[in-house]
Amino acid sequence: MIRLKHIYKSYPLGGANVEVLRDVNLHVRPREFVSILGPSGSGKSTLMNIIGCLDVPDSGDYILDGEYVDNCTEDELSEIRGKKIGFIFQQFNLLPELTAYENVEMPLLYHKLSPAQRRQRVERTLTQVGLADRMGHKPTQLSGGQQQRVAIARVLAAEPSIILADEPTGNLDSASGKEIMAIIKSLWQAGNTVVLITHDIHVANEAQRKVYVRDGILSEKEAAV
Amino acid sequence: MTLKIIKLSLKAICNNKMRSFLTMLGIIIGVMAVVILVSITQNATSGITDSISSMGSDQITAVITDSDVSISAESVQELSGYGAISSVAPVITTNQTVKHNSESGSYSIVGITQSYFDVQNIAIQSGRLITASDLEWYTSVAVIGTEVAADLFGTWDAVGGTITIGDRNYTVIGVLEEQGSSLVGSDDSKILIPYSTAEKATGQKEVSTFYIKAASAGTVDMAINTVESFLLQATRDEDAYTVSNQSDVLETMDDVTNTMSLLLAGIAAISLLVGGIGIMNIMLVSVTERTREIGIRKAVGAKRKHILLQFLCESCILSILGGLIGLLLSFAAVSFYNAAAGSSASMNWGIGLAAIAFCAVIGILFGSYPAAKASRLQPIDALHTA
Repeated sequence: MIRLKHIYKSYPLGGANVEVLRDVNLHVRPREFVSILGPSGSGKSTLMNIIGCLDVPDSGDYILDGEYVDNCTEDELSEIRGKKIGFIFQQFNLLPELTAYENVEMPLLYHKLSPAQRRQRVERTLTQVGLADRMGHKPTQLSGGQQQRVAIARVLAAEPSIILADEPTGNLDSASGKEIMAIIKSLWQAGNTVVLITHDIHVANEAQRKVYVRDGILSEKEAAV
Repeated sequence: MTLKIIKLSLKAICNNKMRSFLTMLGIIIGVMAVVILVSITQNATSGITDSISSMGSDQITAVITDSDVSISAESVQELSGYGAISSVAPVITTNQTVKHNSESGSYSIVGITQSYFDVQNIAIQSGRLITASDLEWYTSVAVIGTEVAADLFGTWDAVGGTITIGDRNYTVIGVLEEQGSSLVGSDDSKILIPYSTAEKATGQKEVSTFYIKAASAGTVDMAINTVESFLLQATRDEDAYTVSNQSDVLETMDDVTNTMSLLLAGIAAISLLVGGIGIMNIMLVSVTERTREIGIRKAVGAKRKHILLQFLCESCILSILGGLIGLLLSFAAVSFYNAAAGSSASMNWGIGLAAIAFCAVIGILFGSYPAAKASRLQPIDALHTA
């Protein structure tokens, strides 16, 4: 599903190049639930950007669903993101002027779908996350947990092959956090591939497998952290 | 998809009503300026053109500008023998003070032959015309315009009255029909006397101005040629005279109108350009404000063209909406002008449509830079903007 081979990534910072990822190798199989654990500044966000096709590595290969993505143009990356990747962000990243319904519908506008298909998908996924009665509400009229559930519905509506969650519970109280984690877990159980990025060991423990990032190096063993 | 983008743009515009309105104001004013000005000027010029053409385009005016040249009235009369010309009317024009009892004023005194009435296409409302026998006997008679009659005689009947021109008394034998004002001056404020009498009074033997009436509208050009070749033969100097026709005046009017239209188009283009810059300015602000939105859209699969289209659509809607509001306001303004000035200026919808089309072009032109800027944003940078 996801195969990262010898990934290197550095950023210019104050005149010097800072190496953020060093020889990262990762393999995520279909229907797997992997959590990537690491403290802030470890490079896990950069890793998540690369997995999510928001950024490209300096060197190394990234094969997603059997396709090399490291030489893609910007628009090709957009297409891959739209079709294969669903993001769940820490800050939800909903559009404040749009209603829950419109937020879930938004990614579908970039797909070739008929209005009827769009409506059917939006209604189905919003019902799935338990917000069938909140479709006309704007994000500001919803609680944090509800907003994250709208974001999850937005991911599901696009029917991605991989769900990428970046600290999905980071901005939520523990009750809402548990609720969201339960939804994510149920998505995995329903057959989705899930990659979860977090610094919280309790959240990471929900996954099937844990990998650790520290100072740009990825390891399967906790000892390295 | 397209419908969704338009809906989205309308939503974005409505979210910032005040700002959108102020941005559109430049376009609104620009469109109003061009549509109102063009409608009103066209109304004015068409009025003038109508009055010129109603005077008949079969009339030709010949003026001898070189005072050394002398052509007698008799030789000028010979022109009426040509087939293309129906009649010829030489005139002697002076400006003198005219008195009647205690009233006096300065008027044009025009010495005319009886053909003058035919050539100028005027009639009298009372009394009689100047006849051949008046010319033959050097009678001291005058036919006066309605304005002269009103000035000197007030409400009294002028016919039969006596007026003093210079040191001679003239009997008023007729009053002309009212002609109203026109571009080339009317006979309302003129006093017509027999040509021979004028010749004697002024001592002027040669003709300086004469009017020619062509046999029909179709022979005007031929008549002009005849008059020109006659004058060339008589003066042997083609700079010594000018021959003109109403159609020349019409052409000049057309030139004036065209220049005016060009000028108005220039003003409109400049004000719309300024409006366009306003749109570009606000679109740039909007792109900066919505960096995060652009990042989110790109993260979920929007391509560059989608973002480009979204912002381009927004700037186009802003400018076209501004144009439409401007058009409606101009319609109201022209109607108000008509009601207030009692005129019948008609709204020039053609110009209005052209202005709207121009607005669309402006929207695309000035929206493309901000839209391109938005579409080039990297999703990763855009997402990290709080």
